[in-house]
Amino acid sequence: MMFALAGNQNCGKTTLFNQLTGSNQHVGNFPGVTVESKEGVIRGYKDDTVVDLPGIYSLSPYTNEEIVTRDFLLNQNPDGIINIVDATNIERNLYLSMQLIELNIPMVIALNMMDEVRANGGTIKIADLQNELGVPVVPISASKNEGIDELIEIAVKTARHRQRPRRQDFCSGAVHRAIHSIAHLVEDHADRIHVPPRFAATKLVEGDLPMLEKLQLSENEKDMVEHSVTEMEQELGTDREAALADMRYTFIDRLCADSVVKSGESKEHARSVRIDNLLTHKYLAIPIFLAIMMLIFWLTFGVIGAFLSDLLSEGIALVTDATSAALTAYGINPVVHSLLIDGVFAGVGSVLSFLPTIVVLFFFLSILEDSGYMARVAFVMDKLLRKIGLSGRSFVPMLIGFGCSVPAIMATRTLSSERDRKMTILLTPFMSCSAKLPIYGMFTMAFFPKYRALVMIGLYVFGMLMGIVSGLILKGTLFHGKPVPFVMELPNYRLPSPKSVCMLLWDKAKDFLTRAFTVIFVATIIIWFLQSFDTRLNPVTNGDAGMLAGIGRFIAPVFAPLGFGDWRASTALLTGFTAKEAVVSTFAVLTGTNTANLPVALAGIFSPLAALSFLVFTLLYTPCVAAVSAVRREMNSGKAALAVAFFQSAVAWVAAFLVYQIGSLFV
Amino acid sequence: MTLDEVKIGHRTKIIAVNGQGALRRRLLDMGLTPHTEVMVRKVAPMGDPIELHLRGYELTLRADDARNIEVEEESL
Repeated sequence: MMFALAGNQNCGKTTLFNQLTGSNQHVGNFPGVTVESKEGVIRGYKDDTVVDLPGIYSLSPYTNEEIVTRDFLLNQNPDGIINIVDATNIERNLYLSMQLIELNIPMVIALNMMDEVRANGGTIKIADLQNELGVPVVPISASKNEGIDELIEIAVKTARHRQRPRRQDFCSGAVHRAIHSIAHLVEDHADRIHVPPRFAATKLVEGDLPMLEKLQLSENEKDMVEHSVTEMEQELGTDREAALADMRYTFIDRLCADSVVKSGESKEHARSVRIDNLLTHKYLAIPIFLAIMMLIFWLTFGVIGAFLSDLLSEGIALVTDATSAALTAYGINPVVHSLLIDGVFAGVGSVLSFLPTIVVLFFFLSILEDSGYMARVAFVMDKLLRKIGLSGRSFVPMLIGFGCSVPAIMATRTLSSERDRKMTILLTPFMSCSAKLPIYGMFTMAFFPKYRALVMIGLYVFGMLMGIVSGLILKGTLFHGKPVPFVMELPNYRLPSPKSVCMLLWDKAKDFLTRAFTVIFVATIIIWFLQSFDTRLNPVTNGDAGMLAGIGRFIAPVFAPLGFGDWRASTALLTGFTAKEAVVSTFAVLTGTNTANLPVALAGIFSPLAALSFLVFTLLYTPCVAAVSAVRREMNSGKAALAVAFFQSAVAWVAAFLVYQIGSLFV
Repeated sequence: MTLDEVKIGHRTKIIAVNGQGALRRRLLDMGLTPHTEVMVRKVAPMGDPIELHLRGYELTLRADDARNIEVEEESL
């Protein structure tokens, strides 16, 4: 049997999913479902699975998540729904439950955070709730693993006995009459497309266009539906959408008045308000935010991540040397030796050493997200982002982009609108990633030793400016539509559950490792091959005779107007596509010098103006292969990934061209 | 009067949610229905959006969107 796990955002859904499945979960693959949904085997029931659906507040047809959830529930025929409800915020949570009940699928309500309710001296009369809603209600605490076994047992029993919700009708008067007459009218149409007539009728009353289209009513039937709705609107003196929202909340208000005993303000809420007095304070909010981000970046890239990365690099170097020595001792063919050591070990190894940094960065970010702070960042920064047609929620992924574009692009998953998400993904590469720092460091040392910091800061700011300009252009062209309304819950601050954080980290690490051993593995072999052989497939001893150098020479003229037509520059840019750090190491290989003498060697290739133009180009040109493949995965489109690579390169070319040509007038 | 005009720290009751489409539906779904009591808790550092307290939880929305929400004149 398959269960769907549905509920609001911030109600502990992921924690419950982890409790239900343990570590036995994977990314589900459902035909026609675009948003990634996780699927897991319910512990103790090896034939039963549960699918984690996106967190939503309603089944309206407006946000992508709502449409996905609704289509999933209607088309994938789950045997049961587990609806998680936050007991500390029961009114708004039950609003979704009432819509889920209309789907007429066996359903159980998991009343989460009951421990918090009890600790605050509140009670909820479970039996009354159960009676009024017509579905089983199980009190649980997902974070403390309480009530989970009972929940599983009742969910399985309910689904096995095909025990559908006992009650569908929560309204009286005009709404009741409208829904009933319409349900009767569209019954045949609804049955044909396997939608419960009651659900179809409610959606029609709400003026749900996708549902109206799907039902394929005749003109006459449409008129009759409209007639019933108009009658209802006139009788109530309100419109269709407000009428139904009002009906649901009125029912919930009455239900909660009878069966929920609150004890005034809860400790957690009072604590949250106190924390917010500081974190969203009129003057302190932005400085505190900047301080937190700087601390995270410093810890990630400077302390923990760097330490672990160095450790891993050393480990990889040891393994590489040992393998190399063993292969030599074995007397293996030098070409195979070169493939393994110079190609695979060097390439995959250099990317692999980023793993700790990425895991550490995600550790901090998941704490910010799960604790509820990210929502506050969106709240504080919204006004800024609105100017380029985005909302506050896009701020965080862009910020992560300064560390690494890959986790940044993955972090856009938290955005609820597809439009905002795509636009954020396109703008993230403008935030200069940390892998470009070695390039900036080397070039500023060689050409602008007195103004190193100034040039570097200038590059970062220039990247952001280009991002803002691109944002304005995208807003006016490709992403014309209105951004989704910024109406967002600010959840109570909570301590993230260690189990959820660990599982997330493991997920990210697994993602990254998979990529390192697939895309990057293949890419490094191709680069190695092109570097080590000439066009007649003879192995070359010197890099400048290989095919890669040939390609470098071939495309070098493209960069001549930018001031760096030297083939070594174009070759370095090519290898930079695998990883930006490779630009510096390629220069070292091609000029036959070590890092210490590289500044001198570079001075022979670039004029200072050409160096500046080169820096601008590296700042903006195509993201590395890992980032491009992340774009492909997140946007689910190879075309989009190619478009990003070309768009960035074009912007880079134009910007570097302007820098060089305008600069030439003055120098 | 509309919700964006309510002073910080004041409470009021919703009369109607105007506007249309996704925004209006979202406001209704989040519990901003007629007769609901709301409190304007604070304004973001840059002057927008605003933070509300209603139905026991915190909600943020932009002042422009709050202009669609009619509320009772006298603050409670």
